[in-house]
Amino acid sequence: MDTPVVQTNALTRTYIMGRNRVDALRGVDLCVRRGEMVSIMGASGSGKSTLMNLLGCLDRPSTGAYNLDGVEVANLSKNELAEVRSRKIGFVFQGFHLLPRTSALENVELPLLYRRDSLTTPPREAAKAALQRVGLGDRMDHDPSELSGGQQQRVAIARALVTSPALLLADEPTGNLDSRTSVEIMALFQELHAAGLTVILVTHEPEIARYTERIVELRDGLIVRDVPVEDPARATHDLKEAAHATQDPNNPTHATRDLDHPPSLVLAAGGES
Amino acid sequence: MTWHRLLGMALRSLIRNRLRAALTTLGVVIGVGAVIVMVAIGEGAQRVIEQQIENLGTNLIVVTPGSTTVGGARQGAGSASRLTTEDAEFLQRETQLLAHVSPVIATFSQIVGGDGNWRAPISGVDVDYFEIRDWEIAEGRAFDASDLQGKRKVAILGSTVASQLFGDDSDPVGASVRIRNVPFEVIGVLAEKGQTADGGDQDDVVLAPYTTVQTRLSGRQFVAQILGSAYSAEEVGEAQEEVALLLRESRQLGSWEEDDFTVRNQTQIAEAAAGTTETMTVLLASIAGISLVVGGIGIMNIMLVSVTERTREIGLRMALGARGSDVLSQFLIESLVLSAAGGLLGLLLGAGSAFVLSLSTGWAVSLSVSTILVAMGFAAVVGVVFGFYPARRAASLDPIAALRFS
Ligand SMILES: Nc1ncnc2c1ncn2[C@@H]1O[C@H](COP(=O)(O)OP(=O)(O)O)[C@@H](O)[C@H]1O
Ligand SMILES: [Mg+2]
Repeated sequence: MDTPVVQTNALTRTYIMGRNRVDALRGVDLCVRRGEMVSIMGASGSGKSTLMNLLGCLDRPSTGAYNLDGVEVANLSKNELAEVRSRKIGFVFQGFHLLPRTSALENVELPLLYRRDSLTTPPREAAKAALQRVGLGDRMDHDPSELSGGQQQRVAIARALVTSPALLLADEPTGNLDSRTSVEIMALFQELHAAGLTVILVTHEPEIARYTERIVELRDGLIVRDVPVEDPARATHDLKEAAHATQDPNNPTHATRDLDHPPSLVLAAGGES
Repeated sequence: MTWHRLLGMALRSLIRNRLRAALTTLGVVIGVGAVIVMVAIGEGAQRVIEQQIENLGTNLIVVTPGSTTVGGARQGAGSASRLTTEDAEFLQRETQLLAHVSPVIATFSQIVGGDGNWRAPISGVDVDYFEIRDWEIAEGRAFDASDLQGKRKVAILGSTVASQLFGDDSDPVGASVRIRNVPFEVIGVLAEKGQTADGGDQDDVVLAPYTTVQTRLSGRQFVAQILGSAYSAEEVGEAQEEVALLLRESRQLGSWEEDDFTVRNQTQIAEAAAGTTETMTVLLASIAGISLVVGGIGIMNIMLVSVTERTREIGLRMALGARGSDVLSQFLIESLVLSAAGGLLGLLLGAGSAFVLSLSTGWAVSLSVSTILVAMGFAAVVGVVFGFYPARRAASLDPIAALRFS
């Protein structure tokens, strides 16, 4: 196939704080092909966030090489990194990070305003399309405070998509959501992945990781496991099942998608071990 | 990011914090308002002085007692340096270059006449006074030589005095007024002349022959000033030199002695007067300017708070592709908008106050385009200068740390 989206070579990152040195990453070789959907797992302190920051061009490695979508980025300047982020990366954060008192539409538009190249579609139109894609076509003018957690994360995902990035990075995207909403968000990621998007997400929950195709596990700054997921779970399927299980007989048309807080929802845990 | 996007963004984030933004601009509003009012008053005064001095009469030469300032200190204001009517008369006899000469004896007195009672300055003058001051008689006649020689008790009223004593429409010519209980016949009323620079009323005056004032009213030989006028504007300089020489002779000054009087022409008087108000204007404007700087510090303070509060927003913007320079301009434009809005409001406030002030006190105010531009420019500079440090701080944040900030 074509070039990998992510290709790192002996990537290290050492934090130096006075006399203390923390080797957060100690030589990471990671290759993610276009269209893959990968989970990065590992205990707290294993280096997941450090790796995400490097992959997202928010930080530079201490040593090693990193080729992102055909561009060597390990030694770029701050401004060049900003440019790479603006063109190639879409971020989704655990805490959503939406601008308060700013409509969903304006939030989604934001990354386009920092693009220095000329855009084919006007920001407003592109933002509308992205919101429609995540199923929030009818919530464009709402402020984050008027949206549920799941809806806020959808806005954040739309914001990550709006620039058509080569790589979507999500750091614990379901960490602030209940289990039902988490599955809904994973359904959305799977949908985007099916449409060809490359997705890397950090999670410490195996129930979430099993919706991806491949699990990379870090320990003490090294990759200790890199395995494909056999028969990844399908989020839409799980949602239907759950809806069926909790369906109110008096209300057979119960909508599944907007349910953020179902009274009881048991998910099949631990897909692979 | 284009500037109109940045501006829109700045406006939105300020609107999100309306009250805070309003309170922040208040400092600049007051600062700019104060500058505008102060300069408006100062310039107004200056304008009046300029007009006034044009009104003084053409080719005017003024002699005052005391030498010009030397090294900043006024020299010899003692009794020895007083001007006398003899000096004036000596000038009148000997001058070749002056067209007119008149002493002015100044005193102050209660005047009773008509139905009224009024306190006004009395000027004892010679017949030439009206020519020198370029002052017309509205009704009646001016003094003539026989009035002076005969020390006649005749008076010419300024229009203010006339209306205070006799009412607005009556004709006081021929009436009698008592000045220090001495009866004077009113022989004329002066044409209206208006205000002086310091708001004084030039028409609040009574003129009488100086010989009469000297003998009947003040009993003194001293004159406040001697006025003269040259034949033409070109001859004013020469005439001044001649006046100085004649006065030295009249006052019997030795060659080693300095002049104990000052001879000035219209321009020099104008400069002196303008200089004083200019100093005043600058002083007032700098005091007002200080409040503008204080306003700027207010902006800096709030912008620093805002940068801290919005650390995560800044981190997010950087993660989304904003460069340091984008963040810098965002915050710089926010503080610029704050100070510019403050400047505009201050301009309205200042212009309004100046207008109200001129209505209520009668002071002349003048607001020039350059004053407005300077005040607005100063406000903008304050915005940029005091906004720069917080904006720099925002721009130099590390995106990772900023995103994690709570
Ligand atoms: N900015 C930093 N300065 C110093 N040490 C850091 C910094 N960020 C992370 N570390 C250290 O690097 C190691 C890896 O951290 P991190 O990448 O955040 O792990 P994870 O996200 O897997 O919990 C930890 O030991 C952490 O303390
Ligand atoms: Mg982490």
